[in-house]
Amino acid sequence: MAEEVILLDFWSSPFGMRVRIALAEKGVKYEYREEDLRNKSPLLLQMNPVHKKIPVLIHNGKPICESLIAVQYVDEVWKDKSPLLPSDPYLRAQARFWADFIDKKIYDIGRKIWTTKGDEQEAAKKEFIEALKLLEGELGNKPYFGGESMGYVDVALIPFYSWFYAYETCGNFSIEPECPVLIAWAKRCLQKESVSKSLPDPQKVYEFVLVLKKKFGIE
Amino acid sequence: MEDKVILLDFWSSSYAMRVRIALEEKGIQYEAREQNLVDKSPLLVDMNPIHKMIPVLIHNGKPTCESLVIVEYIDQVWNDRSPLLPSDPYQRSQARFWADYIDKKIYTNGKKLWREKGEKQEEVKREFIAGLRALEGELGEKVYFGGERIGFVDVALVPISSWFYSFEKCGNFSIEKECPKIVAWVKRCMQKKSVSKSLPDPQKIYGYVLQLKQKLGID
Repeated sequence: MAEEVILLDFWSSPFGMRVRIALAEKGVKYEYREEDLRNKSPLLLQMNPVHKKIPVLIHNGKPICESLIAVQYVDEVWKDKSPLLPSDPYLRAQARFWADFIDKKIYDIGRKIWTTKGDEQEAAKKEFIEALKLLEGELGNKPYFGGESMGYVDVALIPFYSWFYAYETCGNFSIEPECPVLIAWAKRCLQKESVSKSLPDPQKVYEFVLVLKKKFGIE
Repeated sequence: MEDKVILLDFWSSSYAMRVRIALEEKGIQYEAREQNLVDKSPLLVDMNPIHKMIPVLIHNGKPTCESLVIVEYIDQVWNDRSPLLPSDPYQRSQARFWADYIDKKIYTNGKKLWREKGEKQEEVKREFIAGLRALEGELGEKVYFGGERIGFVDVALVPISSWFYSFEKCGNFSIEKECPKIVAWVKRCMQKKSVSKSLPDPQKIYGYVLQLKQKLGID
């Protein structure tokens, strides 16, 4: 029986990118469907009635929502290739911990950087760099968070790299001098086709952020 | 070699209760160490340097943090009895989805409910009740969220029931009236020793909430 895999997504969503990368790592053929988030499709509303958000992975008609849950599902179903989570329960718990850390810190703080000004923005920038430095500590000397090959934490984090240029430009700061190890890791990930094909051009993300800022009346 | 399991705990924490229930379900001998959250112990800070929060499970000296990560770890290590997560990847993804939903809609709103007043409190109450109703839909006619036996979603949700009395008193509403199926499900869970042993007396929680309100200057 042929597998039918559809991904409901939005081009600039770091959460959507996570699922794209996981599917690419596993070599899964899928249909990418871009959603208009101002005019959500009946399929999206049907497949994610609870949150009405992307990404939604639809596997043989059955939906899986929430990016990290979808990534774990992909890892478990297509388990014969490129394992993303470690097999050891303790190492798996640590990977889940760090992915949860990324969810709690990176997106929300990053968002504050481009939606606020003045003191609030300065505080967000500081918190953001602190979080990245903790991640650098976890990476250590490893080429990837997953060790010799990309793993769950790499997949969870790398999409945000496409938003770094937007954060830096809006926040008037530079991430590389503060976190050189992390930037080196990001560039290493981008050499992989599964990543480079899944991440949008940072310049395009920045232009999108400018459109959003105008729409929300943030200057 | 015997397993040494320590739980850095706090009696009123719904997150910690999740871990207690999981350990009880699996029949694991463990040492619960009540923590002082105002004056954090060196052990807590050492074992959870990132968040410095409980619960922390220390298994043979190695720490795991974040309640749902810990519950999955317990389920995987002691995988020969009382499985909490389903073995089917799709059902597993659904269990994870609902546990995540509980964190986002129930626990987060619960934390705000007793602190807020007026219109803000009404808004939190509405979201809280809507969240419980969505969970009633997911429960359906099943005995437990896990089916015939308690599972991951049951473990994720039931602890907050020890706070229901406090929410009702502070918010001036009846959870049983709004969500009778959830209350019936709670009563079923409480008949299990693993749950009744792990949850504190709701009256004690209410006393504690009153103390906190006084300390925080909330009337």
